[in-house]
Amino acid sequence: MTVEFRSLHKSFGATKALDGLDLTAHQGELLALLGPSGCGKTTALRMLAGFEHPDSGQVLVDGEDISEVPAHRRDAGMVFQSYSLFPHLTAADNVAFGLRMRKVGAAERRARAAELLELVGLPQHADRYPHQMSGGQQQRVALARALALRPKVLLLDEPLSALDAKVRVQLREEIRRLQQELAITTVFVTHDQEEALSTADRVAVMRDGRLEQCASPAELYDTPSTAFVAEFVGTMNRLPGRATGDGTVEVLGQRLPVRGAADTSGAVDVLVRPEAVDATADEDGSARVTATAFHGAVTRLTVTLADGTTVKADIPSHRASDLAAGAAATVTLPERPVLIEAHAA
Amino acid sequence: MARLTNRRIRWWRGAVGLIAGLYFLVPLACSVLFTVDVPGQGFTLSSYTGILSASGFTSSLLLTLELAAATIVLVLGLLVPALLAARLGAPRLRPLLEVVCSLPLVVPSVALVAGYSGVLRWGPQYLSRTPLFQTFVAVQNASFPVVLVLAYTVMSLPLAYRALDAGLRAVDVRTLMEAARSCGASPVRAVFQAVLPNLRGALMNASFLTLALVLGEYTVGALLGFRPFAVWIVGIGGSQAQLSVAVSVLSLLLTWALLLVFAAAGRSRTRIPRRARAKAAPALVPQESAS
Ligand SMILES: Nc1ncnc2c1ncn2[C@@H]1O[C@H](COP(=O)(O)OP(=O)(O)OP(=O)(O)O)[C@@H](O)[C@H]1O
Ligand SMILES: [Mg+2]
Repeated sequence: MTVEFRSLHKSFGATKALDGLDLTAHQGELLALLGPSGCGKTTALRMLAGFEHPDSGQVLVDGEDISEVPAHRRDAGMVFQSYSLFPHLTAADNVAFGLRMRKVGAAERRARAAELLELVGLPQHADRYPHQMSGGQQQRVALARALALRPKVLLLDEPLSALDAKVRVQLREEIRRLQQELAITTVFVTHDQEEALSTADRVAVMRDGRLEQCASPAELYDTPSTAFVAEFVGTMNRLPGRATGDGTVEVLGQRLPVRGAADTSGAVDVLVRPEAVDATADEDGSARVTATAFHGAVTRLTVTLADGTTVKADIPSHRASDLAAGAAATVTLPERPVLIEAHAA
Repeated sequence: MARLTNRRIRWWRGAVGLIAGLYFLVPLACSVLFTVDVPGQGFTLSSYTGILSASGFTSSLLLTLELAAATIVLVLGLLVPALLAARLGAPRLRPLLEVVCSLPLVVPSVALVAGYSGVLRWGPQYLSRTPLFQTFVAVQNASFPVVLVLAYTVMSLPLAYRALDAGLRAVDVRTLMEAARSCGASPVRAVFQAVLPNLRGALMNASFLTLALVLGEYTVGALLGFRPFAVWIVGIGGSQAQLSVAVSVLSLLLTWALLLVFAAAGRSRTRIPRRARAKAAPALVPQESAS
């Protein structure tokens, strides 16, 4: 099932939650909605679920406008950010709730609930009440409940944000596995970029109620189309440079091709990832290492340039031994196109 | 050291328990003694047996229970939808609702009843030629005075509001509603199957407080000239002292019994697992033997 948002607008009083959102989730894909807090991710998801109505614009499912379909007739399973299991029902009864609403017989309900609890790895918890389960277990049951009616779309609103780091990783892998197994179109809201990059087929980065870029995780990381995306996804260095206006930029004494806005000229910021920055120990170098952090295979150096700019550089740990804090160094960039942003003022 | 503080706490607990117990139990024991030890007759249960034969006991008690039931239905019927609507649709109305529901606290029941009797007197005079006249008559029907239900409803609003509000605070109504709706429940079914079951304790508390209020209410009933239980007790007290105290003791026990029933009903969430397990067990056995 294909889901499409078409220029959605929504305001709450003076707040513009959605400001012309255009986005498509294709059949069977896991689309992550990523963005800073308050950028409208939840609002977009709730519109798809039918809990919120757009001021203007359309929500299309398989090409049909579903704006007038009430929430309980939309074929969408949802897992909420807060724990949302019905406190008065056991795990099995929670999972079977939707089936009861559809007037499915008791025996079939019990069988399907057991099957789903098995699917999320909690067959032995069928008779537990929500307050007798951990947060991770509750979210698993919530996931089983969302899948019980075999919905065409699965909506996940930061289902992992209340869990601790280890359970989070475990559960997100499980969500991914289930999603691929069932080939169910899934929209996954998160503000954790690692979560989005590691689980999604495509990631849509939102900002102030608008889509900034929607692309595969690798594309988003390697070739972000805007400075906002570049800085929101992963770590980014900002180096002062001078664009020449003919498609190149001078930075760190090097001349590099510019990606995108080639006609910009004058003072700019050059955006490069730490792993693209190379630092070598150099007695005569003007830069100085101010801090190092060991990350296993790589070590992240914080280097201060002669003009005071701080640069982060990831270099293989085996080369980091002669680059302790205080060492003089030279910083270089690879001969690759770089993203630039003109100074605001 | 720890044991010392422990012992001290226990000692304090005992003392507080004893004082509280004496405060409640001594008057109660005296009342009971007064009813069973009649001067000149020695020990006798005649006041208790006399209650059942005393004229008006059953009718006034039944009337009060009926009034209480109607009041509970009306109060919950008014408050539950209003509170849910305020939580789901218009959070800004919540303070207004709270103020309105607290108003009866500042209006003494004497003032309330003065207003009521004023209206009841004024109404028929001006409406005698309209069909509304019949309404005024029906509202004051002595066998089931609807006007008392209305008065009691207003008076129990603050109590019921507080009980329900406390219950609503403990659950996330909006998320429960939305979860139920995304499971295919219409709004009405979502309220009845996902929200209200989780408010059972609060509903029970609200009902009980209303019931207790109606059982003990004297002013309005007496001043409007009806004869609910409390009015009957006071009326009979003038003529037969022993009997009236015996009735008070009985009504106290009755209130306690009702309290226990309500508390048990409100707590039965802890009892559901047992029931659910008992139901699930037969189904589980063949499955286990089959696998
Ligand atoms: N019911 C509401 N009433 C008023 N304002 C709202 C409401 N819901 C959302 N907003 C506002 O709309 C904007 C977008 O909210 P939304 O919940 O979609 O953000 P989000 O991207 O999900 O953020 P987060 O990552 O913090 O969950 C926010 O500024 C929020 O304050
Ligand atoms: Mg959100």
